[in-house]
Amino acid sequence: MIREELEGIWHIILKDLRAYYFKPPNISWGILFPLVLALAFTLRKPSGLSDLAPGLVAMAALFGTTSMEAIVITFEKRVGALERLMLAPISLEAILIGKILGGSIFGLMISSVMTVISVAFLGVSVKYPFLFAVSLLLTVLTLSALGSLVAVSVREVFEAQTLSNYFRFPMIFLCGVFIPVESMPIPLQWLAYALPLTYSVNALRQTFTGSLQYADLAFNLTALTIFLLIFMATAARLLRKYLE
Amino acid sequence: MEIAIKTVSLTKRFGDLTAVDHISFEVRRGEIFGFLGPNGAGKTTTIRMLVGLTVPTEGTAIIDGYDIRSEILEVKRRVGVVPEASNLYDELSVEDNLLFIAGLYHVPRLKREERVRELLKSFNLWDRKDTKFGKLSKGLKRRLTIAASMVHYPRIIFLDEPTTGLDVMSARSLRLLLKDLRETGVTIFLTTHYIEEADQLCDRIAVIVKGRIVTIDTPENMKSMVQDIPVIEALFDSPINKSMIKDFGILEEAWIEGNRIRIFAGEVTEVLEALVNFATTYKLKIVGVNTVKPGLEEAFVKLTGLKPEIMRLEKERGGR
Repeated sequence: MIREELEGIWHIILKDLRAYYFKPPNISWGILFPLVLALAFTLRKPSGLSDLAPGLVAMAALFGTTSMEAIVITFEKRVGALERLMLAPISLEAILIGKILGGSIFGLMISSVMTVISVAFLGVSVKYPFLFAVSLLLTVLTLSALGSLVAVSVREVFEAQTLSNYFRFPMIFLCGVFIPVESMPIPLQWLAYALPLTYSVNALRQTFTGSLQYADLAFNLTALTIFLLIFMATAARLLRKYLE
Repeated sequence: MEIAIKTVSLTKRFGDLTAVDHISFEVRRGEIFGFLGPNGAGKTTTIRMLVGLTVPTEGTAIIDGYDIRSEILEVKRRVGVVPEASNLYDELSVEDNLLFIAGLYHVPRLKREERVRELLKSFNLWDRKDTKFGKLSKGLKRRLTIAASMVHYPRIIFLDEPTTGLDVMSARSLRLLLKDLRETGVTIFLTTHYIEEADQLCDRIAVIVKGRIVTIDTPENMKSMVQDIPVIEALFDSPINKSMIKDFGILEEAWIEGNRIRIFAGEVTEVLEALVNFATTYKLKIVGVNTVKPGLEEAFVKLTGLKPEIMRLEKERGGR
């Protein structure tokens, strides 16, 4: 049973990568987007980007996961291809996990490009590579789950993009990359801590630049895991509702 | 006789609308069972419940011995489904689509390629194996969708309006394909609004109207129910429409196709008089009058009270 679920997940990932994510336009976007993002920030602040690098990686992960995944799932819902998956002898949860992992791999690819750019051209180094990888992995999984939640909540592709922006832009401005969360007004701090990207940036910053405090890192990773589980459970519930 | 599908008071409500209303029927192993009815009758909703795409509001069904409510994954393992829309993946090739579906249905890795090759050859798709699904014609897409439904050797295949939107040749070759499938012992459950398709293909037919089953029988038995009632067909020199016949008593029961009118003639004299009156009133010339042997279409009219025009309209919408 578990083996069959895993096999189903594997085939969904491979199919999504081949049919959608690894198409030449998406690969070029995946490389160009972090390049342009890094260039824009370098021009704005030529003196050095070491403090911004974790935020850029998190932003690359945010756009890499949510933008494509929301389109893929909404598109498949629209043309009936998601129902094709639902006809197969695998659970709805397995379908959702396959979709989230497909989006995560694409997000990981884009944020890895951003990491390489940061290390190679911006003079930043990754101090704790293993913990950085864990933080990045949890970040893309959580944000990909958010993308799937958005996608199952709407009917049209454009709705998915609009709804994603409701989450994406507040997250970018409140995650602590541009203004430290502690110096924001209290209500904005609450809002910042209600958004997953804040915890991603905190975790990536610690593992990237070396100001590592294990308890703090564990707290951020736990928060991301809780977000991941909430997003997945809600998306699965909405998908189940689709059958009613 | 072994039962492949058994529904027990299967019901689906969407808010105040009852799409499928306590239907109970049995499908025997190895038969082609047709679900015939107009749009909105509940055909697709029934299939969706049987294959696990929607949860019944009441009742249940047993498919190949498994309950759709509690053992839906077991059901899914045993059935193949051809949805109304050919919903494979445009960006994948014909072969890759089948390999993907085979993987999804847990066909062992070593057997997967062999099974896909076998299907591509038997469905005459071998030459197109590298073509992307999105580039295929409607007929070939339908063919591949049916092949995909068989990749895991299902014992039962559900087809929702399999020939809708296909040209005459593709529809005919698909019907032959389904007949061949039946020969292999597969049970086929299909929905259709084409009366002649149900007549040609099905061993038994359930007629469904407004979510309720009106009758279940063989096409032959249905036809024999109306065989003693003559049907008169009159041909006029120009087209007529429904509004023209509404003040002509018995003719109100007639069904119209272009410049042709058909009516059950319990009282032949009365019908002929009405036809003459009608022609005189509208200054039409009666080009011919025949008695027609009642067929499944006439049986459908008698059983449901619906005019076959309603099905023909859907046929036109379907693209044929």
